[in-house]
Amino acid sequence: MVCALKGNSLRRYLCLNLYMGLSFLVSVGRYLVISRSGVSSMEYAYFYFYSDALLTIGLYFALLNLYSLVFDEMKVERYLRLGAVILLGGTAWFSYAVINQSSHRILSHFAFELSQNLYFVGLVLTYVLWGAILKLRETRTRLIQLVLSLGVYFSAFAADYALRNLYPNLQPVWQYVTPALGCILPAAWMYSFLFVTEEARLAPSRLATVPR
Amino acid sequence: MMAAFIFVVSVVIFLQFFVFYCRSLIAVSSKQPLSPEVQDVTGIQRAASGEDFNRVMQLLHLCPERPEDRKGIQAIGAYFRLLSFAGSTVAQLAPSMKSWTDSERGHCTYFAAIALERRISFSRDMLAQQMDA
Repeated sequence: MVCALKGNSLRRYLCLNLYMGLSFLVSVGRYLVISRSGVSSMEYAYFYFYSDALLTIGLYFALLNLYSLVFDEMKVERYLRLGAVILLGGTAWFSYAVINQSSHRILSHFAFELSQNLYFVGLVLTYVLWGAILKLRETRTRLIQLVLSLGVYFSAFAADYALRNLYPNLQPVWQYVTPALGCILPAAWMYSFLFVTEEARLAPSRLATVPR
Repeated sequence: MMAAFIFVVSVVIFLQFFVFYCRSLIAVSSKQPLSPEVQDVTGIQRAASGEDFNRVMQLLHLCPERPEDRKGIQAIGAYFRLLSFAGSTVAQLAPSMKSWTDSERGHCTYFAAIALERRISFSRDMLAQQMDA
């Protein structure tokens, strides 16, 4: 947020910066819960997964912000918003349907399932956005880097959530892996806001060239 | 079953995004020229070679660290290792892949040299500020 403010980009990337602000507040909240109840307490586990579901929804809207920037000239913002709300509702319904069949502790498992599914939906949407960037020949370097770093983050977290689901007994490993993955997005966005100017241009087709 | 599917798809997409992201970092740095001073220090006169990467990284670690470029350098370091791994395994079967990995490793070296240039000028600024104070 500070780097975006320094580069006069706070308003342009408002949802991204709001997400970062929310992420900061959640981190402070988690620290307070840890210091009061301990890292292995139920209070922290509940706080962690509920706040994570909230953050994932925030990140989903940050992704929508990037969509509206890429499709800026097409004036399709209304349709994008409608599509995003329908997809969010659909994911929530699907998560509830999965949990309803297999679990007694519906609410806490719902938060976990919703986060996992939203990370995956976010990943697919980021992939579609990257496809649109290539197709529309979007050249704004900063925007390209923000989208790509979001893709790295979503895919890393989707894989992390899936592995946690497959191997729930490896909690001592996940407690280090997940915070390390959490550094990806702030670090990549800080780099983009500090070192890449809004005027910088890049041909995205160059990045996707693979040898045959 | 669902989790295993999500895991496999996520890992494949992660690798793809990671490669594109690293190449976007490299593309930004490739537009910046190297100063003659850094060219002398690193020995990079025209095109950078992947063989020089470790040496440039060692020089980079001698300079005071800048927190804002640390993660970018780590990402490119990981990309370089991925390319070296691909170069010594998959690329042995496809000659075009081999030349591509070699050229990409050279770009990684150039990125590290640009980071070195930034750190040197950062150190100079810090020293100048201390002298003024």
